[in-house]
Amino acid sequence: MPNHTLNPDNWIDNYSDYLFNYTISRVNDREMAKDLVQDTFFAALKSMKNFKGDANERTWLIAILKRKIIDHYRKINSKKGQAEVRMSYNSDEAEGDWLEERVSDPFDKTAEDKLENEELGDAIYNCLGKLPEKQANVFKMKTIEGLDTETICNELNITASNLWVIIHRARNAMAECLEENWL
Amino acid sequence: MKKSVLFISCEEAKQICDKSQYGDATFWERIKLTIRLSWCRVTRAYTKRNKSLTKTIKFSDVECLKKEERQALKDQLSQQLKNQN
Repeated sequence: MPNHTLNPDNWIDNYSDYLFNYTISRVNDREMAKDLVQDTFFAALKSMKNFKGDANERTWLIAILKRKIIDHYRKINSKKGQAEVRMSYNSDEAEGDWLEERVSDPFDKTAEDKLENEELGDAIYNCLGKLPEKQANVFKMKTIEGLDTETICNELNITASNLWVIIHRARNAMAECLEENWL
Repeated sequence: MKKSVLFISCEEAKQICDKSQYGDATFWERIKLTIRLSWCRVTRAYTKRNKSLTKTIKFSDVECLKKEERQALKDQLSQQLKNQN
């Protein structure tokens, strides 16, 4: 008997930020990340009937998203391959200096840093997922989006002191959740 | 009870510490926090952990959708859902 069910009406509220962060840390392009997340939700809608209920909703959505990200890289890599064929070295100094890796990834910090960031981002969203919705929401707006107190208060119709109480609880819970591996 | 000008409770100190993580604490609040930090071990421990959380989140470059982006996604998904049904 299936243990999990799908509820597409709540997908955006529950998973869009997690999926978006997961994507942007891997594709480094905000617009592309948004498109991939949207494609993921659409693909998920189409294949809802194939959902067996073995995995939870988020795991299932992430599995679809991973495929979308791989497809995205396949697509740009095939384009990159064509570009590399046309590449020519004009200066004598550079002749024969085939640093293809550098061409394919000019913004590489270090692979290890990047990997650590991806994992940390996932861990942060995992912890955020454990917070009550309001706390997670206020924490995201204040800490990740960097919105000012007044804007958040107006939007959520709460007082400033209310906001700081929520932030305090959220920060405590986040620190506790991240403490073991990341703080 | 009248509030002291310089001495604050632990709870108040924690709130000022939270505010200062976002640059929202006033100069006077920061002074009061510094005084409390000089003798209160609990506040010191809280501040250390809180700063560490700020640093970790900053380092992660974590991002989320803007409100409009989330709403646009929601509209598109509900449209798609309607078409499918």
